[in-house]
Amino acid sequence: MSANLSASFYLISGILFILALRGLSSPETSRQGNYFGIAGMAISIIVTFLSIGNFGPGFIYVLIFLLVGGSIGAFIAFRIPMTAMPELVAGFHSLVGLAAVFVAISAFLKPDAFNLGYVGNIKLASLIEMSLGAAIGAITFSGSVIAFLKLKGIMSGAPITFKGQHILNLILGLIILFLIYYLCSSQSSNIFWSLIIISFFVGVLLIIPIGGADMPVVISMLNSYSGWAAAGIGFTLENTALIITGALVGSSGAILSYIMCKGMNRSFFNVILGGWGATEQATGDERKEQKPVKNGNADDAAFLMKNASSVIIVPGYGMAVAQAQHALREMVDALKKNGVKVSYAIHPVAGRMPGHMNVLLAEANVPYDEVFELEEINNDFANCDVAYVIGANDVTNPVAKSDPQSPIYGMPVLDVEKSKSVLFVKRSLSPGYAGIDNDLFYRDNTLMLFADAKKMTEEIVKNL
Amino acid sequence: MEIDPFIFRLSIFILSIFVGYYVVWSVTPSLHTPLMSVTNAISSVIIVGAIIAALAGSTESVFETSSIFGFMAIILAAVNIFGGFLVTQRMLQMYKKKKK
Repeated sequence: MSANLSASFYLISGILFILALRGLSSPETSRQGNYFGIAGMAISIIVTFLSIGNFGPGFIYVLIFLLVGGSIGAFIAFRIPMTAMPELVAGFHSLVGLAAVFVAISAFLKPDAFNLGYVGNIKLASLIEMSLGAAIGAITFSGSVIAFLKLKGIMSGAPITFKGQHILNLILGLIILFLIYYLCSSQSSNIFWSLIIISFFVGVLLIIPIGGADMPVVISMLNSYSGWAAAGIGFTLENTALIITGALVGSSGAILSYIMCKGMNRSFFNVILGGWGATEQATGDERKEQKPVKNGNADDAAFLMKNASSVIIVPGYGMAVAQAQHALREMVDALKKNGVKVSYAIHPVAGRMPGHMNVLLAEANVPYDEVFELEEINNDFANCDVAYVIGANDVTNPVAKSDPQSPIYGMPVLDVEKSKSVLFVKRSLSPGYAGIDNDLFYRDNTLMLFADAKKMTEEIVKNL
Repeated sequence: MEIDPFIFRLSIFILSIFVGYYVVWSVTPSLHTPLMSVTNAISSVIIVGAIIAALAGSTESVFETSSIFGFMAIILAAVNIFGGFLVTQRMLQMYKKKKK
């Protein structure tokens, strides 16, 4: 196949990928969008085979490896529980990163196969592109592995910080740039290997200081990195599909990181430089546990909700941990039978990744038109009889609106306290991730339900 | 003077960033998780590079150092492609409207 023809097909793949993302603008068109994506991928792979035109023994091996990887991927995709989606995405990012590193290594070892020049005399531009691709790929890989371990709970979600951390990162970043510069003049393979190793190291250092609840930002950021790595390799290979895709994924991840940061009213650098909960602990300790709380049980909760005309459910990460989404749906079904109007309110940073709560509710068969974003529903709390907070904490804290001293001041929060009564399902009075007390616990209209989210919800269902 | 082809690729890249910017802002927040899994799947189009690398071995031997890296990259990218698209599909199947 001629180079011009294959380039045109790669462009078509790129357009299909754009349509795949476009489809996600509404759930109805999203499934069709996914098929566009699959078609784009199939075209890219087939065109690559045709343009190489080598159907010898190597081709058979490529097919075998493709099938092996594909079967592993399919197996994971069908078996993974929806609650494990954040870990899965982090794991997948690490694979893209590592694949980018491998392709870059291969191009460095055998540049003639990619038309990039010869060993020891690789074109300057290609060398810069491939070393950038390799460095970003390596950072994506090791960073995603750490994110995966933290999300999976193998590694503690607490931020790991030490003195001089930021300076060390800065120095390593400068070393990477210096190595790329030196690589271009020397073409030395030792420099290339050191570049990759240092980049792996930087990936680890970047992610360890970031705490559990900041994971939505981290996952989005790594998503973005995997895109830039792909684009770097795309420039090396002069491949349009890869360049377009890299740019799409890179900007997608960047936008998601921005949305997540805005949801916490923090700057991107503030999140990346780590440790929010760790540094602000002192503020929470001053005024502790003197105020009385109202303690309720499932019976009270069932009574309140049965007699309400409208209920808003506020889910958070605790719902995911307790796997309470199915019980929650049953509760809502029972309430609807009693003629209660029920809707769900989702804060942008609820959960461990963008859209985490929406997927879990969809899994429990909650229709997506009953689920609302913060801006859409926040005014409705004032006219609502009961707000049922399950597994959320900081995102409901009214302090964010009233106390300029508070570390979360200015963060957009759900106006839960405006509803006539608040049912707050929580295991104890302990503060949330931000390390500050939630004022909501001590309000007159709040009834605390101390229990596991799933058990409490099941109890309520029995009492309805 | 002739224009370096690199400039054309850079133009495609920059325009694609703009396209990505507008397309991604129009994605509904409730589909942000599928957005991440699908972007992950499509970024695995890096498999194109992996295939070229894997098939670059000499005629005597399919497995050289450079092609072995290619084959490993094929496995990684294939896990992502199949895993990414299928898990996205699985998620999207769950998004249903209210039954009237």
